[in-house]
Amino acid sequence: MFFQEPTPDTSGYMIAGYMIAFIVMGLYVLSLYLRNRNLRQDMAMLEEMENSTAKAQAISERQKGPKKPVGRKSAGTVTKRTKKK
Amino acid sequence: MQPKPVALKVLDIISISLLGIATYLALVFAPTELVMGDVQRVFYFHIGTAWTALLGFILAAVFSVIYLITKDLKWDRLQVAAIEVSLVFFLITIALGSIWARPVWNTWWTWDPRLTTAAITELIYIAYFMLRQGIDDPDRRARFGAVYALIGGLSAPITFFAIRLFRTIHPVVISGSNPEGQGSFSMTPDMRVAFFFALFTFTVIFIDLFWNRIRLGSLQDKVEQLKLKVTM
Repeated sequence: MFFQEPTPDTSGYMIAGYMIAFIVMGLYVLSLYLRNRNLRQDMAMLEEMENSTAKAQAISERQKGPKKPVGRKSAGTVTKRTKKK
Repeated sequence: MQPKPVALKVLDIISISLLGIATYLALVFAPTELVMGDVQRVFYFHIGTAWTALLGFILAAVFSVIYLITKDLKWDRLQVAAIEVSLVFFLITIALGSIWARPVWNTWWTWDPRLTTAAITELIYIAYFMLRQGIDDPDRRARFGAVYALIGGLSAPITFFAIRLFRTIHPVVISGSNPEGQGSFSMTPDMRVAFFFALFTFTVIFIDLFWNRIRLGSLQDKVEQLKLKVTM
């Protein structure tokens, strides 16, 4: 018992080890959370863009309307011009 | 995107609770090792993270084989998730080992077979993500990734058996002994409790993070598909 060497104080290394383990795990969980949040934001933005593109297409198609005969349309414009004169 | 399943939320809470208990067992419950002192306590987390990381790398190799057979991108997502979580765990393993080595071996690092194979394994999987970053086509990326992960998977058993096959100073604490190992110790019953609980805890944490990472991967794929749809 008298010849036994005292247990060395290595608690500083132990604390450093556990701190690093928790920091690395914490950073990974944080990165998962941030990537998830950013992807959800991207998803929402892309869905909005997709909807607005679809709406714009629908409006432009509605504005075109049913095709009228070319002759009648051109005649109308001529009369308007003549009235202006 | 579907909301987070209740089972996953429960698993998140269980993982955090288990981590708390494992930390208590390692730092308070387990007795102090007489020769090395408190630094021996990093051993519980060192082995716990190493076990799950190597298991994850082997799992990824299995997913690679399944992907190469089925060509289903679902298996690619699983492979990436397994490798990413394992990479983080293995980084912790190496860091803890290095910290333990400083007072016990009197050096932060030595090119011992176990340490060398561990460092190579970590670098192989860092390079895996660099390879994937460089390929835009999802099918090509998955195919290259699968072949790479399959070959890289060989490094996991080599790392595990390095202390049993080569002359090394790394101690063999479980199932075997290494006469040249510096820092060997025999576990008391209380140490065994802390040790096996840490193994169980890190397995559960791995499953939890793996599941979360798979969900992130499927969200990434959806965003990529939607981007293509909008730009076309």
